[in-house]
Amino acid sequence: IASPVMYLFAEFDDAANLLAANPDATTISIDEPVEIPKNQHSRRQETGREEDDELLGTDDSDKTELLAGQKKSAPFWTFEYYQMFFDVDTYQVLDRIKGSVFPVPGKNFVRLYIRSNPDLYGPFWICATLVFTIAISGNLSNFFIHLGKPTYRYVPEFRKVSIAATTIYAYAWLVPLALWGFLMWRNSKVMNIVSYSFLEIVCVYGYSLFVYIPTAILWIIPQKVVRWVLMIFSLCLSGSVLVMTFWPAVRDDNRRIAFATVATIVLLHALLAVGCL
Amino acid sequence: FAGLADVSISEDIPVEGEITVPVGSHSPDEDYSTLDEPVRDTILRDLKAVGKKFVHVMYPKKSSTLLRDWDLWGPLVLCVSLALMLQGGSADSKDDGGPQFAEVFVIIWFGAVVITLNSKLLGGTISFFQSLCVLGYCILPLTVAMLVCRLVLLAGSGTVSFIIRLIVVAAMFGWSTLASTAFLADSQPPNRKALVVYPISLFYFVISWMILTFTPQ
Repeated sequence: IASPVMYLFAEFDDAANLLAANPDATTISIDEPVEIPKNQHSRRQETGREEDDELLGTDDSDKTELLAGQKKSAPFWTFEYYQMFFDVDTYQVLDRIKGSVFPVPGKNFVRLYIRSNPDLYGPFWICATLVFTIAISGNLSNFFIHLGKPTYRYVPEFRKVSIAATTIYAYAWLVPLALWGFLMWRNSKVMNIVSYSFLEIVCVYGYSLFVYIPTAILWIIPQKVVRWVLMIFSLCLSGSVLVMTFWPAVRDDNRRIAFATVATIVLLHALLAVGCL
Repeated sequence: FAGLADVSISEDIPVEGEITVPVGSHSPDEDYSTLDEPVRDTILRDLKAVGKKFVHVMYPKKSSTLLRDWDLWGPLVLCVSLALMLQGGSADSKDDGGPQFAEVFVIIWFGAVVITLNSKLLGGTISFFQSLCVLGYCILPLTVAMLVCRLVLLAGSGTVSFIIRLIVVAAMFGWSTLASTAFLADSQPPNRKALVVYPISLFYFVISWMILTFTPQ
């Protein structure tokens, strides 16, 4: 690809703009109307083509929105490549968490919060917190259930941590992988306007798991009714985030496949809730 | 240079002075000479460095000596002693017991590595081993808490002892987090400090949980 060579000949402004780019080369966005005609027919848009247009076209600074769709060309074995996925500030992470806990109907989580900057900080640490919260609260609820009985000796069940960790991390990474593969396959058959990159799907799943953390803490209360109500409530909340995110991606498809996809997403989420809590 | 041909040093002015260039620091000499010193001096020097860092952790002030001369002896000693003290708790074969030695070891070191990677990925300027060193040394308050807990448990294991243990462990958890934040927070970009402090507090929380739930057989 000749595009790295073209960096050498670019104006300083262009180079500075390109260096300030955020990674996201494979998403199509309706927010940037200039790019839609070019991007519509090739999802895996080579970054070279976009950069060529940037170099040849105007280079004003208000085109940084367009540049938000470009990847910094760091090879994957360097540290800088992975730093691209942690390019978030505190307030951004907090905003994304808020967006996942209070889903606004009609607003797409990905488009609203993540569009140009999927991060791995949120999913990773939310999963880690969830693992420990589930283990600890499961332990505590056992303790409170058996509190009065004289034959009960308290044991900190440490095995639970490893099981919980495996389950949650597998869910947060393998299910997005499968979903992404499925969406890519459907995209090749049916033209869709909206498609998400793998990192964005991981992001949505990660942030949607956040609402399970307070649920797991409240799960210590040993009343069955309270537990069921809590679980259904949190399932609806995080499920709605997922549904609202993925519905635009499948609605242009065959009716039955669209419904099946969404139903599978919700079902897997419910299984996770029931299994963990 | 015709004019210089006439310059000559007269015989009666003595020419003297030093030709050797004064060295700024004597460390190359020291490195050579540490080979000859008795082993006790070498060990004592390292022990003094470790001890000085312990003192820095107990009274955290922003000093750069902890960061500059990192070593991993202190963290290793603390980790091993903490893992040893967490042994002997409900090690029945049929139910889930407390954490095994290997589990504690892995959690501490793996957790410290993950937190260091996290802070570096977020743009921190601290080096890998410096961060490991600080995180390891700041386990010292929790090790002290573990000692206190074991002593309290020797006296009895009722509600009163639980409350005492809870207070002690909570106080040491706060101390650990504050100490490590005092050392590490400066090297982070300012609008990401909370993102770096949160995993550190989660790490020490998990260790505190393991200490608090320790029940002897």
